[in-house]
Amino acid sequence: MNQDFRLDNVGLINRNKKISFKFNGKNYFGYEGDTLASALLANGVHLIGRSFKYHRPRGFFGAGVDEPYAIVQLYRNNETEPNVKATEQELFEGLEATSVNCWPSVNFDIGAINNLLKVFLPAGFYYKTFMWPKSFWYKVYEPFIRKAAGLGVASIKHDKERYEHKYEYCDILIAGSGPSGLASAYAAAKNGARVILAEDKPRFGGTLLTSEVNIGNQTGKEWAENIIAELKEMPNVIVRNRSQVFGYYDHNMLVMSEKLSDHLPKTKKYHPKQRLWYIRAKEVLISSGSIERPLVFGNNDTPGVMLSSAAKEYLKVYGVLVGKKPLIFTNNDSGYETAIEFKKNGIEPIILDTRKDPKSEIITEAIDLGIQIKFSYVVVAAKGYKKVKSAEIAKISDNKNELGTLENIDCDCICVSGFWTPTIHLASQSGNKTKFNKDIDAFVPGVSKQNETTLGAANGTFTLEETLKNSFNMGHELSKKITNIDNKVSSPLVTEKKSTQHDKFWCVPLPKGKTYKRFLDFQNDVAVSDVEIALKEGYRSIEHVKRYTTLGMATDQGKTSNLNGLQLVSNIENKIVPEVGHTTFRPPYTPVTIGAIVGRETGKHSKPTRKSPMHSWHAKNNAVFVDAGVWLRPRYYKQGSETLFEGSKREAKNVRKNVGLCDVTTLGKIDIKGPDAAELLNRVYTNAWLKLPVGKARYGVMLREDGIVMDDGTTTRISENHYHMTTTTAQAANILSHLEYYLQLVWPELNVNVVSTTEQWAGASLAGPKSRSVLAKLFPDIDVSNDGLPFMGYREGNLFGVKARIFRISFSGELAYEINVGSDNGNFMWEKIMEVGKEFAIQPYGTEALSTLRIEMGHVAGSELDGRTIPYDNSLEGLMSKNKDFIGKRSLNRKAFIAEDRQKVVGVVPLDKQTSIPEGSHLVMDANAPLPNPKLGYISASCWSVEHDNPFSLAILKDGKNMIGQKLFAMSPLKNKTIPVEIVSSHYVDPKGERARS
Amino acid sequence: MLHIKCPHCGMRSQNEFAYGGDATIKRPELNKEVSDQDWDNFIYNRKSLRGKHKELWHHISGCRQWIKVERDTATHEIFKTVKANEEI
Repeated sequence: MNQDFRLDNVGLINRNKKISFKFNGKNYFGYEGDTLASALLANGVHLIGRSFKYHRPRGFFGAGVDEPYAIVQLYRNNETEPNVKATEQELFEGLEATSVNCWPSVNFDIGAINNLLKVFLPAGFYYKTFMWPKSFWYKVYEPFIRKAAGLGVASIKHDKERYEHKYEYCDILIAGSGPSGLASAYAAAKNGARVILAEDKPRFGGTLLTSEVNIGNQTGKEWAENIIAELKEMPNVIVRNRSQVFGYYDHNMLVMSEKLSDHLPKTKKYHPKQRLWYIRAKEVLISSGSIERPLVFGNNDTPGVMLSSAAKEYLKVYGVLVGKKPLIFTNNDSGYETAIEFKKNGIEPIILDTRKDPKSEIITEAIDLGIQIKFSYVVVAAKGYKKVKSAEIAKISDNKNELGTLENIDCDCICVSGFWTPTIHLASQSGNKTKFNKDIDAFVPGVSKQNETTLGAANGTFTLEETLKNSFNMGHELSKKITNIDNKVSSPLVTEKKSTQHDKFWCVPLPKGKTYKRFLDFQNDVAVSDVEIALKEGYRSIEHVKRYTTLGMATDQGKTSNLNGLQLVSNIENKIVPEVGHTTFRPPYTPVTIGAIVGRETGKHSKPTRKSPMHSWHAKNNAVFVDAGVWLRPRYYKQGSETLFEGSKREAKNVRKNVGLCDVTTLGKIDIKGPDAAELLNRVYTNAWLKLPVGKARYGVMLREDGIVMDDGTTTRISENHYHMTTTTAQAANILSHLEYYLQLVWPELNVNVVSTTEQWAGASLAGPKSRSVLAKLFPDIDVSNDGLPFMGYREGNLFGVKARIFRISFSGELAYEINVGSDNGNFMWEKIMEVGKEFAIQPYGTEALSTLRIEMGHVAGSELDGRTIPYDNSLEGLMSKNKDFIGKRSLNRKAFIAEDRQKVVGVVPLDKQTSIPEGSHLVMDANAPLPNPKLGYISASCWSVEHDNPFSLAILKDGKNMIGQKLFAMSPLKNKTIPVEIVSSHYVDPKGERARS
Repeated sequence: MLHIKCPHCGMRSQNEFAYGGDATIKRPELNKEVSDQDWDNFIYNRKSLRGKHKELWHHISGCRQWIKVERDTATHEIFKTVKANEEI
């Protein structure tokens, strides 16, 4: 049961529940409520990793989000996660973690040789060294850097965890549940505001959990617990722990990641691991507190050197002693609080205070308790390699430049306090121009940019009394503005010890003849000397210094190092800190799992899947599906062991010979109504539309204003002022937006309404020489003869009791009809047609056969209308009306568009009539020409012509008009093919289009 | 994510809208002579303003109305939103 560094009766952990875990293969135990860090410290483990550059031993520096050292590879439920902060990871049964950035082990790390070579690894080392020769970069330098650098290892397995997204609106979002967060949340909630209170740690209360204060007649901790309990009961309040508000975006949108299962051995079935909240708040209260600043001295990265606030938190929250001979090194009163906690638990701390003669209540208390205090003293260097064994200390002169005689003092940890840095990240992300507060030597938020207000320590207010007063007021004031309610909660009486002024001193000078590294950034191994070199080499902007030295660029983003870096630059440059400025704070405040950002939009959920009403029939009949935009369409209906090639050929042949049925539900459909409908069509289509009679369809082409073909399709006049437009599957949504744009903005005088009816109609294309016989049996009441229902004719009919629309239009080039019924009857229609068509050898056909049919007919489609071609390129110039204006017409006379040798669609046949030409192949004159071989055109679509039984392709070819009969080469470097080809007409089958009209 | 006040529907998140470009561009009238320069200006030439910009948005996942928005391109502040047939 013994843990050497665990105190009895202190802390908030649950001692009734032991939890076993493994670190670097060794078994340990901790308690429910421990973090991995506190449990390891309780077991006396201080060595947790190696540093990024020099591979120096790393221990624990903080107790939370600011931790720069204690980064581990975590194993949980057969998954692994890199770069987890041990100070944040809650202990769970069976947790396993290993050190990162060390090989072969954390105790003996070969990379530590860099530590001995550190004189050769100054700032900008990588930039300077890995420059020449250029050819070394990919093969030598990059692999070397990749191996040497890097922290954890990302899993390459599919993440089976579930992550959720949630959208929420509130009146007031409060980030942080310390004293200011609790007080403002309480005041606002009591005033009727809808409040969200977010706390990143498992426990609410922030510093109230560790400080010795009284609020009213309760301790700070009791007060926090009672307020939280009350808030949780209120219907207008959402309270979340383990939730980090990490980003402040435009228009008061904040994003918060809630860790729901990371603290459990495995995620419960159907539960998410994490939830990402998108919160739109009317007001934002930032109560994110402050982070203690390190003091800078020799070897200040040795395991055992840590923030004094962290030492206090380990003691008060987890009952863990970070050492038994603690040395407290402070420039302000906070270090005394830690010392007093040690003393109260039977440990004898020694305080080194950089100040000469400070006087305050808390110092008096420390003196009265008999704590040994050395004023005007500093730690010159920590001694010990894998753990602090002693410290070199010295008296420091009043001007802080001269060190007295060096003395050695025994200690097993050094708790440092260099005063406090407000956590201003969220305010800064909001766009707030921060200002420098000389009294606390740190930046605080300035004038609000969005609706953000910063409270408490985050705003540089370090006394509890003032914090609570301001926070109660602000919570009341802001909520009153929103709710118009005026329930005021009075601020309770506060008892706290008064502090005195801190010392601005933060960096211990090097004693003569010593070359100790004094670190600023602990994760990226950036020392004082590195910043000095960067400045000597001419770097001035703090943003440049940051990137050159990598100060503040590690996974902790410089939470403990930024301000000391700024102080150093300002000292050397002889500027004041605000002139140097700080680097930009960007979201996220802490690393966010990619899975949480992605949410549920993974795999098949990454986009919606649309299925036609006949989908289940297709599936039952062995359809092999293909993605067509967001739709699933049958590619071919597999018979036996048929391949795609064999199946699609069979289906296409059957259309040419008998009759086939194709699901064309996916085509975009737009219903157009109004007295000016014809005029609209006349403007958006290139051909003439004013004289289309009722009951007739017409093929039309639409251009963009720049003359590029946008889409094609048929539109049918259903009645006088009612048209039914079809678009290609891919462009359906864009065409609707396009029509709405012109109707609402450009020609609002046109009295027309448009609405998408794609989902309302199920469509089936009945194609082939026997399609008329099938149609006649389907609609015995209708005259389906060539005179009764001519090419491009339209009839309404009754399909066994179901209202149907019959369009005589053809994409396959055969005699063909498209039948539409309401979606609910789609399957009924399909089954009826298949049943009636049986005697005519009907077969369903998929998109592959559909492509084959249109390609050999020379009908252009998406692969030619690819957003780069004009009507002429697609041999559509005959549809450009000369008698009227239309969208894009003015662009068609551009010089390049009317060039004599303009590209045009052609047919391509391999000379051997055997080799299929890969789509995307380039057409060249000479296969052996030196590179770059001039490209004349490209293959846009390929098929196996079922009519001619040989390969056939369409191509967009320069001067295509005059190239018919030319012999060229199709080259596909990707497929390593060079195919001699002949250029033929794009209309390979039925060039006069007689079949469709027969 | 921006919060855009649709004049028809009220405040809505940006992900309900599609951006539609400069709202001050006027399409030349149909059947009228247009110089090459004017046509190029209509089709291609756009200012990339830093500051107040009058632009179009399409409420595609809402009322499907095109609206006009005045927005600061640097700060994303939205000053005004009006219906398609109103001047901004």
